[in-house]
Amino acid sequence: MAFGPFLLLATLEGLLQAAVLTLTALGLSLVFGVMRVVNVAHGEFYMLGAVFAWWVASMFGMHPAVGFFVALIVSPIIVGAIAFASERLILKRLNYDPESTIVATIGMLYIIQQTTLLTYGPDARPVPAPFYYRIQLPWFGYSGYNLFVIVAAIVMLVAVWFVLSRTRLGLIMRATQFDRETAQAFGIPIERVYAFVFAAGAMLAAIAAVLIVPIRQAHYLMGLDPLLLSFIVVILGGLGSLRGTVVAALLIGLSDGIISVFFSPTLAKMISTLLVALVLVFKPEGLFGAKAR
Amino acid sequence: MLEISDLDVYHGSSQTLKGMSLTLGKGEVLCLLGRNGAGKTTTLRAIMGLARAQRGSVRLDGAEISTLPAHEVPRRGIGYVPQGRRLFSELTVRENLEIGLMTRRSPRRVLDEALALFPRLQERLGQVSGTLSGGEQQMLATARALCIDPSVILLDEPTEGLMPSMIATIRDVIVTLRDHGKAIVLVEQRVEAVLSVADRVCFVENGRAQATMPVQDLRDDPSLLSRYVGVG
Ligand SMILES: Nc1ncnc2c1ncn2[C@@H]1O[C@H](COP(=O)(O)OP(=O)(O)O)[C@@H](O)[C@H]1O
Ligand SMILES: [Mg+2]
Repeated sequence: MAFGPFLLLATLEGLLQAAVLTLTALGLSLVFGVMRVVNVAHGEFYMLGAVFAWWVASMFGMHPAVGFFVALIVSPIIVGAIAFASERLILKRLNYDPESTIVATIGMLYIIQQTTLLTYGPDARPVPAPFYYRIQLPWFGYSGYNLFVIVAAIVMLVAVWFVLSRTRLGLIMRATQFDRETAQAFGIPIERVYAFVFAAGAMLAAIAAVLIVPIRQAHYLMGLDPLLLSFIVVILGGLGSLRGTVVAALLIGLSDGIISVFFSPTLAKMISTLLVALVLVFKPEGLFGAKAR
Repeated sequence: MLEISDLDVYHGSSQTLKGMSLTLGKGEVLCLLGRNGAGKTTTLRAIMGLARAQRGSVRLDGAEISTLPAHEVPRRGIGYVPQGRRLFSELTVRENLEIGLMTRRSPRRVLDEALALFPRLQERLGQVSGTLSGGEQQMLATARALCIDPSVILLDEPTEGLMPSMIATIRDVIVTLRDHGKAIVLVEQRVEAVLSVADRVCFVENGRAQATMPVQDLRDDPSLLSRYVGVG
């Protein structure tokens, strides 16, 4: 294949990577921004999203599309409910203390991971894509489902942006993020906001996972990579900045996809990590981060 | 209508309020005077439920409010203008006011009343509040508190860091609020500003109310000031 088409293919791979990463990292960023909680278990919510997708899809097996779209709704809801319950039972009781919650979410990571291993097992299991359609370009064929994932991620992003910037709920979340004490003094029940945000953050990861599972399969260890990449993205973009998160996810996802295609995935990870190190040296608050308040 | 008795508040192991007691009558302006670190801000935060009292009570019209979750306190009709204003400075003027309005069922009327006091804000609704001048920020902080349609207003050093012309404006607003029948707790360092608006003054020292008196007593005997606050 000539260089031009090869670059196009690599870019499409990168966009797919970026789409899924943006959604996942956005969830992590939202939770950190509003609650100041570093959710180490975030990748496990992603993994659960994929595993529940397999479970739902195998129950509604009459047609792949039915199974998939039911999973796209049901799986994030289950994951959101689990996140909500763990917020109420664990994080709230720790009073959202930054250090304790790190330790607690590390615990959650292992509990979720091992429970999945015990029940779902060690195998990687596929979920059929809702449709197979190859877009035939002059140089290569490209999966229509991959394009669907990219478009779906963009739709989700726009939805999140809309909620945050145009609705009353978004205003409440931004006020809580900005100054929780003053928010309370104006009647905002910040604990309810926290529970909602934690569940919503987990649901974003779960949606990303359901979208990717027809391409990547569901496996109990699949949460580790997205967790690492999401952390890189959130730090690179600037802690708590959603715009920064989106830009950084695009950057990391695209470069990861492109470098993986041209060279190797390992080199891609090395370059991403190096990029973060460089940004942190020259701009410690991240690309879009606010200076510490 | 607001009755605070025997409040103890701790920050870690150090005790900030030591049996703080105050009362505020309907439509009254009570001014808290005292050195930095005396516990004035903490008293207001304790009323709002933002600082938790280990002991003592805060009653509003007879009902205990110190055990309520903090977000319930404004719903009972206490508006808070924190020290340093604490605006949501990345949000617009309108958004700051909307947050104030969240507890209210008829936001339109309350907003119009609040904006009627501050025509300058009306012109700047779309502006990001962090870019307002100091005086305008104080107006916004006050308007935001009025948006909850409070019967009691807590004002913590509203003239801090403002130009003299602005101080007069803020004082006029306090007079207007008093004339509207709002009960006000005012923390203020500028004694001359206080004398003209307060009904009673309370000297706060070491986390408790050392003495409370009608403002007339302070006018008659300015030496009280140097005794309690060390200025004058
Ligand atoms: N969040 C806090 N943590 C620790 N100490 C505090 C905190 N807030 C206030 N204090 C202490 O409580 C005392 C009273 O503070 P404050 O109520 O702000 O006084 P004032 O408003 O009268 O200047 C001060 O000594 C201050 O150091
Ligand atoms: Mg103070």
